[in-house]
Amino acid sequence: MEPQLQGQVIRQLFFLIGATSVNSILLRKDLCSCRKGMLSSPHQNTPRHREILCFLVEMAAQPSDTLATLKTESETLKTKLEEERAKLHDVELHQVAEKIEALGQFVMKTRRALKGHGNKVLCLDWCKDKRRIVSSSQDGKVIVWDAFTTNKEHAVTMPCTWVMACAYAPSGCAVACGGLDNKCSVYPLSLDKNENLAAKKKSVAMHTNYLSACCFTNSDMQILTSSGDGTCALWDVESGQMLQSFHGHAADVLCLDLAPSETGNTFVSGGCDKKSCVWDMRTGQCVQSFETHESDINSVRYYPSGDAFASGSDDATCRLYDLRADREVAIYSKESIIFGASSVDFSLSGRLLFGGYNDYTINVWDVLKGTRVSILFGHENRVSTLRVSPDGTAFCSGSWDHTLRIWA
Amino acid sequence: MSGSSNIVAMKKIVQQLRFEANINRVKVSQAAADLQQFCIQNALQDPLLTGVSSSTNPFRTQKVCSFL
Repeated sequence: MEPQLQGQVIRQLFFLIGATSVNSILLRKDLCSCRKGMLSSPHQNTPRHREILCFLVEMAAQPSDTLATLKTESETLKTKLEEERAKLHDVELHQVAEKIEALGQFVMKTRRALKGHGNKVLCLDWCKDKRRIVSSSQDGKVIVWDAFTTNKEHAVTMPCTWVMACAYAPSGCAVACGGLDNKCSVYPLSLDKNENLAAKKKSVAMHTNYLSACCFTNSDMQILTSSGDGTCALWDVESGQMLQSFHGHAADVLCLDLAPSETGNTFVSGGCDKKSCVWDMRTGQCVQSFETHESDINSVRYYPSGDAFASGSDDATCRLYDLRADREVAIYSKESIIFGASSVDFSLSGRLLFGGYNDYTINVWDVLKGTRVSILFGHENRVSTLRVSPDGTAFCSGSWDHTLRIWA
Repeated sequence: MSGSSNIVAMKKIVQQLRFEANINRVKVSQAAADLQQFCIQNALQDPLLTGVSSSTNPFRTQKVCSFL
């Protein structure tokens, strides 16, 4: 054991022995007239009590300088971490990418507009069948759309407003959603249109603050959630039990994304503390963290290979972090972009990064070269959510203008 | 005692920092080359990158004329 820890342990033992012995002395009727022990109530100000008090206060004063030493140790570790990271920073990503061809002009237009929400669209998710989309909005409605025909297949009214998170189950048979009700509820989708979906609702997750994001893991049986209470958690859908919780963010966690299945059991989360953390789902430990953004991180998304992830933030930049190099490798920003990015997603090959911004536009970035390829107009209010379809043929954006648009 | 809970929190932070400082890292040049490699390998399978013709992309509107 380290000498510092040893010293701490000895001091704590001293305090414990001292306090318990004084406590028992004070409780003995022949030695002291007070009925309660020292630790539970303030007692008479007699000389003997004062002596004992002074002794114990001295003992208690010792741990505070350990706090100072811990603080200095954490500072030195932080600088050491930065040095380690800087050592490997031999080249920039866009320098490596200079040799490859620049992308040509992109023509992407709105191919479908999904209208039907009565208020701001907050979140959307694609089904694995590449055709259905679930979206949730501020008015408490969760709608399942058929993107090819723009028909609404199911609609659920949640008992709360601001449904900030929704997710499609991998099987396509259920959707999960949640928001200001602090819960994540799973609704099984039935083929019978007349059936009341709200009746079969199952409450899975319970947080102490709003639910900001949810995502099914590789099966319908487990859900990962993140919340305004600063934690993420993994739940079993059937029993509603929490399987693992993830603590480490100092403020609200706003977004999360699961690693692509080949690369293992990790996920990344981003929060209002400007930090993005990569977690090991089995142990609950944070394995890497990055703190280079200057404001809240609204959205995180893994690169298709699983070796990197991008994040979009209120500081008007999107950044790419490489997990093996353990550092930020690219920043996607322009002086003309001053509004925050609310949502980011990669195209199938990872060459394009789509970012939905609060200035009503969608910017398309060349991931390798760091330049903007295209800017898409169409929404009449801020873009709140953006997802590329599972087969990469199109992407869908949801906005505060109550509509969803499919671009291809 | 609030003092001891601060210490516990600080200890956790220090432990976490020690853990993070000790992970294996790869040079940026290597990591960047791998990212680029992945992009190039998958570029042909990326419909948004290469563009898909109207006939195969279900989202592109097809103008169909039919004689009744």
